[in-house]
Amino acid sequence: MSRRKTERLLNLVVCLLATRRYLTAEQIRRAVPGYPDSGDAFKRMFERDKEELRELGVPLEVGSEDGGEAGYRIPPQDYELPEIHLTPDETAVLGLAARVWQQASLAEAASGALLKLRAAGIDTSETDSLGIEPRVDTDEPAFPALWEAVKGAYPVAFDYQGIGRTAAARRHVEPWGVVSRRGRWYVVGFDTDRQGTRVFRLSRITGEVVPDGPAGSVTVPDGVDIRKIAFERSEAPAEPRTATVRLRAGAAQGLRRWAAEVHRTGGEWDEATLTFGEAERFAPHLARFGADVVVLDPPDLRDAVIQQLKSVLAGHER
Amino acid sequence: MNKPNTSSDRLARLLALVPYVVSRASVALDEAAAAFGVTEKQLIDDLNLLWCVELRAPDPYCPIDLSYEGGEITVSEAESIARPLRLKVDEAGALLVALRMLAEIGDPRDRDALSRVIVKLENAAGAAAAAVSSQVSVQVDVKADQAGAMPARVRDAIARGRRLHLTYYVPARDENTERDVDPMRLLVVDGQAYLEGWCRRAEAVRLFRVDRIVELSVLEVPAQVPEEAEPLDVRTGRLFRPSPDDIRVTFELTPAGRWVADYYPCESVEELGEGRLRVVLRTPDQRWVRGLALRLGDQGRITGPAGLAEAVRDEAARALAGYETAGV
Repeated sequence: MSRRKTERLLNLVVCLLATRRYLTAEQIRRAVPGYPDSGDAFKRMFERDKEELRELGVPLEVGSEDGGEAGYRIPPQDYELPEIHLTPDETAVLGLAARVWQQASLAEAASGALLKLRAAGIDTSETDSLGIEPRVDTDEPAFPALWEAVKGAYPVAFDYQGIGRTAAARRHVEPWGVVSRRGRWYVVGFDTDRQGTRVFRLSRITGEVVPDGPAGSVTVPDGVDIRKIAFERSEAPAEPRTATVRLRAGAAQGLRRWAAEVHRTGGEWDEATLTFGEAERFAPHLARFGADVVVLDPPDLRDAVIQQLKSVLAGHER
Repeated sequence: MNKPNTSSDRLARLLALVPYVVSRASVALDEAAAAFGVTEKQLIDDLNLLWCVELRAPDPYCPIDLSYEGGEITVSEAESIARPLRLKVDEAGALLVALRMLAEIGDPRDRDALSRVIVKLENAAGAAAAAVSSQVSVQVDVKADQAGAMPARVRDAIARGRRLHLTYYVPARDENTERDVDPMRLLVVDGQAYLEGWCRRAEAVRLFRVDRIVELSVLEVPAQVPEEAEPLDVRTGRLFRPSPDDIRVTFELTPAGRWVADYYPCESVEELGEGRLRVVLRTPDQRWVRGLALRLGDQGRITGPAGLAEAVRDEAARALAGYETAGV
């Protein structure tokens, strides 16, 4: 780490904040200690410094005095965090929120925010406990690039290995949002190849997510509910149907929790009534209980479970 | 907090340090060092650097006046940098996404404070951060807003320091268990709620998924969490540590069975071509893996250990036999 560089950048910020006029590069070179005299070396160093300040979020304004040479200044009203006052209960939930992110880049962003808020006089304590500790993480490699794309509102391209597909395919997407449920992450957007709304799971993105168009070119259509698109099945839900199943006494607790009714017979088997949608989708959830569950009715569900068990048998043939 | 010490990190710290001191009139060295996650020595180095800020600006200016004599930091004449830098979109966005998630839990205890702080932060951060934070979200499956909701009752018991009695469903063994638990924290990890507590049956810290609590009663007995009870490392993915007793199970999955790799932590995932996968799962529980194989049907099969594949076969055969005897 270079102390001289930090010192130079700090002087640059103070200088550009203090000036009301735009300062030309040459005026800056003379005003800020630490810049070399040589024109080229100075130019390169100054370019890098400007870039660093922008990355820190320092608003550099470019303009000129009376149409002369371009110069720079930092407007204090754009630089300064607006006044913010928090009550103790607000401060406590803010402290809690700052601990939520475990994902590296957002955890860093949250603690950066906390640092600035502390600097504004807000006292958050690391140890405040509200009896609740929320955590969110993602180690999906695609997450940081998609966060940037949503922030910058630009289209992206990536290779995607869909379920049931034999190979990954290149997809081009205008991302509308990134959502998570039960630890799994999805990007929702407009698929420009397929000309429709699509949902992609981040874990099925293989390789890098790359920008695929200019920043600011993606607009989220009005009224779009990203989570609804991601989490609600697009096809109409099947009409609920009723199934009658036998459950081995004392077993299949998971199904009992789900059952509308369970009749204890006192014998080897109890009889339960369950509600389901599609036989094909429901059969695996019954097959999971093996010999502890027997479907009595309806016949199509019964057949689906038998079919499922037969394919298990075939798959594990000696 | 262990931060990489690059020039720009340090610059960010210096730009926050001045307003931090200014807004508090004076601050003890050790307190400031703790707030910024640096050592006192590093902090003194920062202060010396600030003290060196020297300008030859064409405009009139006042050099920063700073002292840390007697362990108390004071700063004056720092007008241009007396306010903190505004929040970056990432910074405000990260906080806003987290705050919205907390608000969704809907616990009446925090609801008002959350909606107030969201408004204040949005105002301070500007439209861009508000927009991003409305586009990135974490669905919460914990609902504490209904009266008598399980998460709220757990939090009450924690606040009141009461022991709990649980009827708890263990899906891996497919059974309901009874136990007394001294509650420690309510964890909400990736939208799922867990009660962390000292389980008196296991005599260890255990996690209980709140949606698997079948019945809960708050006992009029004070909770007694022993000294040695260490809160779990709640970084996600670490909640469930592999144990040396785990068995390793190999599955071969068809393209339709690839979801297994998304849903369960796999020790290894290997592409077999044509969209097929070979995955290795670790689990303490044979029953659960057998259930998974039965659920998969033609989407995948266990290839090892051989004994387990055989057990799955036998289970499927027994289940099919049930249909022969059941008639219809």
